[in-house]
Amino acid sequence: MATRSRDMRTGPLLAPAVGLLLFWMIVPLALTLWFSFQRYNLQNPLVTGFAGITNYKLLLSNARLWVSILNTLVLVGSVLVITVISGVFFAVIFDQDFWGRNVARLLVTAPFFIMPTVSALIWKNLLMHPVNGFFSYVSRWLGLPVVDWFVQVPMFSIIMIVSWQWVPFATLILVTAMQSLDREQLEAARMDGAKGFSMFWNITLPHLQRSISVVVMIECIFLLSVFAEILVTTSGGPGLATTNLSYFIYMRALLQWDVGGASAAGVIAIVLANIVAAFLIRTFAKNLERE
Amino acid sequence: MTMRRSRTSLIAGIIGWVSAIAMFFPIFWMVVTSFKSEIDAVVPSILFKPTLQGYVEVNSRADYVSFALNSVVESIGSTLLALAIGLPAAYACAFYPGKRTKDLLLWMLSTKMMPAVGVLVPIYLLFRDAGLLDTRLGIVFLFTLSNLPIVIWMLYSFFKDVPTPILEAGRMDGARFWTQMRYILIPISMPGIASTALLSIILCWNEAFWSLNLTASRAGPLSAFIASFSSPEGLFWAKLSAASTLAVAPILVMGWVTQRQLVRGLTFGAVK
Repeated sequence: MATRSRDMRTGPLLAPAVGLLLFWMIVPLALTLWFSFQRYNLQNPLVTGFAGITNYKLLLSNARLWVSILNTLVLVGSVLVITVISGVFFAVIFDQDFWGRNVARLLVTAPFFIMPTVSALIWKNLLMHPVNGFFSYVSRWLGLPVVDWFVQVPMFSIIMIVSWQWVPFATLILVTAMQSLDREQLEAARMDGAKGFSMFWNITLPHLQRSISVVVMIECIFLLSVFAEILVTTSGGPGLATTNLSYFIYMRALLQWDVGGASAAGVIAIVLANIVAAFLIRTFAKNLERE
Repeated sequence: MTMRRSRTSLIAGIIGWVSAIAMFFPIFWMVVTSFKSEIDAVVPSILFKPTLQGYVEVNSRADYVSFALNSVVESIGSTLLALAIGLPAAYACAFYPGKRTKDLLLWMLSTKMMPAVGVLVPIYLLFRDAGLLDTRLGIVFLFTLSNLPIVIWMLYSFFKDVPTPILEAGRMDGARFWTQMRYILIPISMPGIASTALLSIILCWNEAFWSLNLTASRAGPLSAFIASFSSPEGLFWAKLSAASTLAVAPILVMGWVTQRQLVRGLTFGAVK
């Protein structure tokens, strides 16, 4: 194969893709870095010049940044736990043969295809509204206290909405992964007297392990930058209760026009994402090698 | 044995269907509300006189149609562009692998890991200076770039499944790149290309970071239109539900149709 590859020059075929992605990777990144060392506020053109590490200093001593990083971790962590557990659960359930299984599976995976602004507003208004929402109606009917979701448990509400969107993703991936499970191995284990849970723990779960790590890492990438769901429901509030890093940067950049500060926060977001990405790339590299 | 099987399947069936109904309920409720009048919409009841009022009002607002048109143009435009750039690249990686092909693919994947919010500021300023804010061209450009790695990886994973002898035969006959592409590769891997295109359309259609931050009324897609209901206008639940139903219906159908192949693209070929 190696000699054959000289039959054809692949350069022209790759050039457009590589060129564009190189541009996309380098230019904005370089600019973010550059701005993060500048005094630059769009509302105040008189403030200019090199800022050194002032932006970073101000930012790192800003309690709001740390709150938003903590919120990001809480959001990402909770959604990961919820989606992976439900995903594995659904993968096992939908592996059984039952009446209307394919239709039921379609219904479970549907929320993944709903755009974030729609899911957030449907949950906020039709379901979680404290007076007219479906949940409040059910609470009253059951005689339970009515919960004002976005005021009393704002972060929990966001976690619920985002999990609803991402459980289908985990399910979709893990159901597919289940299909490559060696049935004979399961049957043999059953013959040997293995019971349901021990079969799940010793055969199914190890089989799903690699797919679970793929789910975790891909979700990490997307969940680190959850934005629309927060913008249309709580706008980061009440207070800072639901401000994650994305929303923090958005406020700095497009509400306060603080280019320097927002860029410094952007660099922090990129560093955070890169820690995850390093693990992700290693997994995919292993995967390419196996082929 | 069969007894136990059928009992497990009964239990699985009950759990499966209860979860399915619970997960789908918000969507079902949205569709139900879209057929209510505004007065009925704020009462959580399923006994009401169905009306198309919500749909009529959404459509009579001229801007709904223009937002929908933006969604169509932007997602299809950037999908075509990504395919045009991605097809040759995936072809080269799959059929003429060199020493560094693997690194190249991983590098492409790594560009996807940069959080959009990290480069929000420079992109906003570049767009402002280039006059690309709130233009379809700008959005098509961003959507293309952000989906290109996924498109290339997905096509690559489908091309890997094409038996090489078929292409070799074509090559023996002296077929050049475009001939091979047109008469051999594209027809054989059409299902793969189609599902790649669909995944790209789905991702563009639902994109809600760049579209919320860089567009307004001129180039705003449907996700931005729906976001405008978070203002006091959100009090009109029937209209919100009707607009939402229209916005998600085509994508939901596409998603359901291509589910199996989507997994490949969503996991960059890691799970098939």
